[in-house]
Amino acid sequence: MDPLEGIYVALLSITSNKMRSGLTMLGVIIGVAAVVIMVAIGEGANLQVSAQIERLGSNLLVVMPGRIREPGVRTMGAFGSMDVLTMAEVEAIRDGCPSVLAVAPEISRNTTVRYGSSSMQTQIVATTPEYLPVRAFTVASGSFFTTEDVLLARKVAVVGQGVVDELLSGADPIGQEIKVGQVRVRVIGVMGAKGQSGMINVDDAVYIPITTAQKRILGTKYVRTIYVQARDAKSMDAADDEITSVLTARLGSTDAFTVRNQADILGAAQDVTRVFTLLLAGIASVSLLVGGIGVMNIMLVSVTERTREIGIRKAVGARTIDILLQFLVESVVLSLLGGAIGIIAGILGSRIAARVAGWPAAVSIGSVLLPFCFSLAVGLFFGIYPASRAGRLNPVEALRYE
Amino acid sequence: MRRWFRSRFTGPGSAVVRGDLSVIKVDGLKKTYRLGSIEVAALRGVSLRIGEGEFVAIMGPSGSGKTTFMNILGCLDQPTEGSYWLDGVLVSEMGDAQLARVRNQRIGFVFQTFNLLPRLDAVTNVEVPLIYRGVPKRTRRLLAVSALDTVGLRDRLHHKPAELSGGQQQRVAIARSLVTRPKIVLADEPTGNLDTKSGEEIMAIFQALNDSGITVVLVTHDADIAGHAKRIVRFRDGLIVADETLSVRTIAERDESLDGLIAELRAGASEGVKVEWTR
Repeated sequence: MDPLEGIYVALLSITSNKMRSGLTMLGVIIGVAAVVIMVAIGEGANLQVSAQIERLGSNLLVVMPGRIREPGVRTMGAFGSMDVLTMAEVEAIRDGCPSVLAVAPEISRNTTVRYGSSSMQTQIVATTPEYLPVRAFTVASGSFFTTEDVLLARKVAVVGQGVVDELLSGADPIGQEIKVGQVRVRVIGVMGAKGQSGMINVDDAVYIPITTAQKRILGTKYVRTIYVQARDAKSMDAADDEITSVLTARLGSTDAFTVRNQADILGAAQDVTRVFTLLLAGIASVSLLVGGIGVMNIMLVSVTERTREIGIRKAVGARTIDILLQFLVESVVLSLLGGAIGIIAGILGSRIAARVAGWPAAVSIGSVLLPFCFSLAVGLFFGIYPASRAGRLNPVEALRYE
Repeated sequence: MRRWFRSRFTGPGSAVVRGDLSVIKVDGLKKTYRLGSIEVAALRGVSLRIGEGEFVAIMGPSGSGKTTFMNILGCLDQPTEGSYWLDGVLVSEMGDAQLARVRNQRIGFVFQTFNLLPRLDAVTNVEVPLIYRGVPKRTRRLLAVSALDTVGLRDRLHHKPAELSGGQQQRVAIARSLVTRPKIVLADEPTGNLDTKSGEEIMAIFQALNDSGITVVLVTHDADIAGHAKRIVRFRDGLIVADETLSVRTIAERDESLDGLIAELRAGASEGVKVEWTR
C-alpha cells in the first residue's frame, strides 16, 4: 500500500472517533508539553545564571584565600587560613603578572549603616578605585574614591542605589555623612544600578576605600578576595598561571589560595542548572511515557473493535504486513499529532510560565525536536504490539468475530 | 521499503505444476480443529474438481463442513491435510503473504453478511482490493466505478453501506469481488440475509457472471437458490455425499443492463485486463 494512502486511512480512522482520539492524544500532548516547558524553564535558569556570572565583569579571575576543593561559588567552604592575602599580594600580582590588566582587592562584610536616626543592615565593600573597571561597575552621580583617598585612608564612601532608596531618600545623598559601624564617612558618589550579581545584590552596598576599612573599621590587614582582570579572553589561562606562580612564591604553598576564573564558575553553575534541567525533563518524560501507554491501550481496543474490518481487508488481499503498517501508521500519526499539539501548547505554556513566575523560559530547537522525536518513538514502540496483533489475526476467525 | 517487502514476500512462488484443465482441484482435503483437548474433524477427505466456467452450488446441513471447504477454496484457511490446486498452482503449501496475493488476484469472495467496511462509501469499498494490489488512485476509481456500474449501482457511488438496502449492499460486495477481474467468484450464502426478490436479483448477477466465463462456486442450504447452478455438490459430516449436474436449472429474471455486464466483462477479458500472479 502507498504510504500516503496509509496516512489517509489512519486519519480517517482517527477522525471517525474524535472523542477517543482526542483523549488518547491528550496524554501525549500533556507529556510533550510538560517536557517542552520543563526544558525551557531549565534552560532559562541556565541562561539567567550565566548572565549573572558574566555580569561579574569580563575576563575576570578571582583569588581567594584557602584551598577550595569543589569548583563552585564563593560560599563553599574553604580549608586553611582565611588570613593570607594582603595588599602586598595585590601589588605583587599587579607588578608580576604581564597578562593582568587590573587588580582590585575586596573585603566585604555585613554592617549596620546609620544616617541620622535611621539605620539599615547592609554590606560594606572595601576596595580600591580599580574595582570599577574590573567589575564593570559605573558611578551614577558624584565620583568614586581615588587612589589618594585609599593612600590616605580617607573617610569617604560611595553608596549603592538600594542604600540611597532606603536610608538617604529625600535628600541629595552626595555630601551627607553616614555612620559605618562607629566611623563617620562622607558620601561622595552613588553607584549605577546593576541588580543581582552572583550571590550579592550589588545595589545594596556601601563602597569605602580598603585602607579606611582595614584601619578604622575592621582592624585587619588582610583582604578577603582579589579580583583580577586579564588583558583579554585569550590571556585568561596565562594570567591564571602567572598569579599562581607569583602567589606560590610569596606564600610558599599552592594550598594557601585558590584562583578561579570566570569560565570555571560559569561551568560549575551550568553543571548545576544542567542537572536541574535533566531532572525536570526526566520527571516530565514520565508523563510522556504514561501517554504512550494510553496510546497502546487505545490501539489494543481499536484492534479488537475492528477485528471484522481486519478480516475483510485480509479476505480481499491485505497481507499481514499491510494490516500491521495500517495500525502502526495510525498509532504514529496519533502520537505525532499529539506531539505537534503538545509542542505548541508547551511553547505557549512556557511563555505563560515565564510571564506569571517572572522566570525566564528559553524554548530552543532542541527542546522542541527532542520531545517530537520522543513522541514518534512512543508511537512506534507502543504501536508495534497492537499492530502486530492485528496483522497476525486469522482471517476466518476475524470474519466470524461479532 | 516497498521493494524490500515485495521481494521478501513475493518469493519465487510455489512450484507451478500444470494439472488438467480444472480451475479448482482438491485431493483428500482434511481439516481438523482443535478445541481444547477435543479434535473436531470438519473435513474428512474431500476430493473435487471444478472446471472453468462451471457454476457449482455446495449444499449441506450446518456442520457438514461446507463453510470450512469454502474458506479453504477462498484461501482464507489452510487444510490440515491434502492438496488444493488453484488454476494449476498448489496453494495448500503457500504461506500467509502468498495466500493474500492469491485472494487478491485470483478470487472474488462474496459473504452472507456482505462484509463491507461501514465507514467507507460504496465506491471506496470496491476500491479496497485494488489498494492492496498497488493500483494508482485514479485507475482504481475508474475500475471501481465501472464495477459498480455493471451491478447497476452507478447512482449509489457515495452511499455508505448503512444507507443501502441489503440487496444493494450485496451488489456492492459483488462489485468488490469483480473489480480485480478474478477467474473465480466464491459466494458463501450470498442470499442468506436477503428477501426472495433481492436474492433473485443477486442470482441473476451470478448467472450473468458465469455466462461471461467466470467460474462461480456458491454455498447455500436453500434448494431454490441451488437450482440456479449448473451442478450441485452435497456435503454431510465433512464428506461429499452427492455430486450431480442439473439438467434443468432456474434462470433468474435478468435486467437488460446485465447483458451489458456480460458484454463488458467479455470485452475486458479480450482487452487483456488479465490477472497476474505478481504485483
